[in-house]
Amino acid sequence: MIKLGNNRGKFIYKIRKQSGVNFSECLHCTTCTNSCPFLEGMDYYPNVVLRLIQMGMEKEVLESSTIWICVGCNTCCNYCPMAIDIPAVMDSLRHLALKRKVRIAEPDILNFHREVLNTVEKYGRTHKLEIMLRYKLKKKDFLSDMGVGIKMLKKRKLDLTPSKVKDEDAIERIFKK
Amino acid sequence: MKEFLKNKKKPVQEWKRYSFFPGCTLKTSGHENTSSLLKFCKKVKIKLFELEDWNCCGSSSAHSINHEVGENLPLRNISLIPAGMPLMIACPSCFIRMKQAYLNLKKDEKLRQKYEEDWKTVFNPNLEIIHFFEIFSRIKLSDYIKKPRGKLNNIKVAPYYGCMLFMPPDLRHGPSFHGLMEKTLSGLGADMISFGYRSKCCGTYLSVAKPKIAENAVNEIVSKAMEAGAECLVTACSMCHLNIEIRCTIKDPIPILHFSELLSMALGAKSHKKWFPRHIVDPVPLLKKRNLL
Repeated sequence: MIKLGNNRGKFIYKIRKQSGVNFSECLHCTTCTNSCPFLEGMDYYPNVVLRLIQMGMEKEVLESSTIWICVGCNTCCNYCPMAIDIPAVMDSLRHLALKRKVRIAEPDILNFHREVLNTVEKYGRTHKLEIMLRYKLKKKDFLSDMGVGIKMLKKRKLDLTPSKVKDEDAIERIFKK
Repeated sequence: MKEFLKNKKKPVQEWKRYSFFPGCTLKTSGHENTSSLLKFCKKVKIKLFELEDWNCCGSSSAHSINHEVGENLPLRNISLIPAGMPLMIACPSCFIRMKQAYLNLKKDEKLRQKYEEDWKTVFNPNLEIIHFFEIFSRIKLSDYIKKPRGKLNNIKVAPYYGCMLFMPPDLRHGPSFHGLMEKTLSGLGADMISFGYRSKCCGTYLSVAKPKIAENAVNEIVSKAMEAGAECLVTACSMCHLNIEIRCTIKDPIPILHFSELLSMALGAKSHKKWFPRHIVDPVPLLKKRNLL
């Protein structure tokens, strides 16, 4: 027996409002799953996530690794016969997961996003070297990607100084809102 | 009659003016991409003006974890676009973010009001935001080059689009880029190799947070291109280029070139000495073998 979520209607409504996706449109043809390039990192396949939403199983969805592994490459929603915008659903689920403060299945990916936004807040543009260093510092892991880092520095793929926006106030305003 | 023939032979092309949004990757790590792109645009008489004081489009991170920031970062850029000049974006991801933000503005009146208030500007409903690929439907390469065929000496190229062929629903009504690299490069004399992985995502930021997944994806792309007989892979996106180069672990991989590099070499640009030392897999031996250097 499958136990449906308690606040099923509320949960579906919330995600539908944010992402604009009508979940009763999904036929479970699994086209999204078959086209997804990153299934190996996911605990639930993309069509399963949609099914879980239909059944209102909030906790399972919000704590799944799928919503963080999805990079939003739009492959699934291009092949989907019902043109369901799955990346938009994943975005809404990530926002809700952060809001509800549930257990994050992929803290590394969340940390990476935070470091990217950190540099954008500081400079108005991303600064790859700082993102990498701060990300590694947080993870307390400097050795795993040492070779790649050195390769990139050697080929000058990582600029040492950031490129900055002059109008700092404007960027500050964006982040304060 | 003579006069007419003479005129037909030499079509005079006027300089076109475009505003240009480089984006963080082209500005800071893909210098060779930017420089070859600028060279190419100069050769086809397009004058690019970098968007004054542009900021990051938000990349994948902003819309993933902070909806408001993800919405507002592109809006500031849109408010900076000078009127009367189309904005050209060379990064597929920046293009999607910016164009989507602009379409949202067009659709949503509330957002439009907020935008006008926030950025003290008036919404311009006639702005043109285009990807670099759309240039090719506006110009004819053969007008700028004598004998276009044979310029690339039958170098065997596998085109790699990554996720740029897939657009979110709102953007699907725009032009499609399917087959554009094939058409353009084969017109310049390259042999195009078709392979099934041309639109498999490179992994973007998983390259940092989940290196193993990105490594598998990248290795699959490169090895399938090699199996199909390609001598090099051509990417349309600076981020894909970076990911493929740093995460590829197979033995003796083929070099990865930027689309803009091959284009500007075909049009006779000479500054490639600055570009190739920045590649992890050195393309110089291959290009020498094909008499392209």
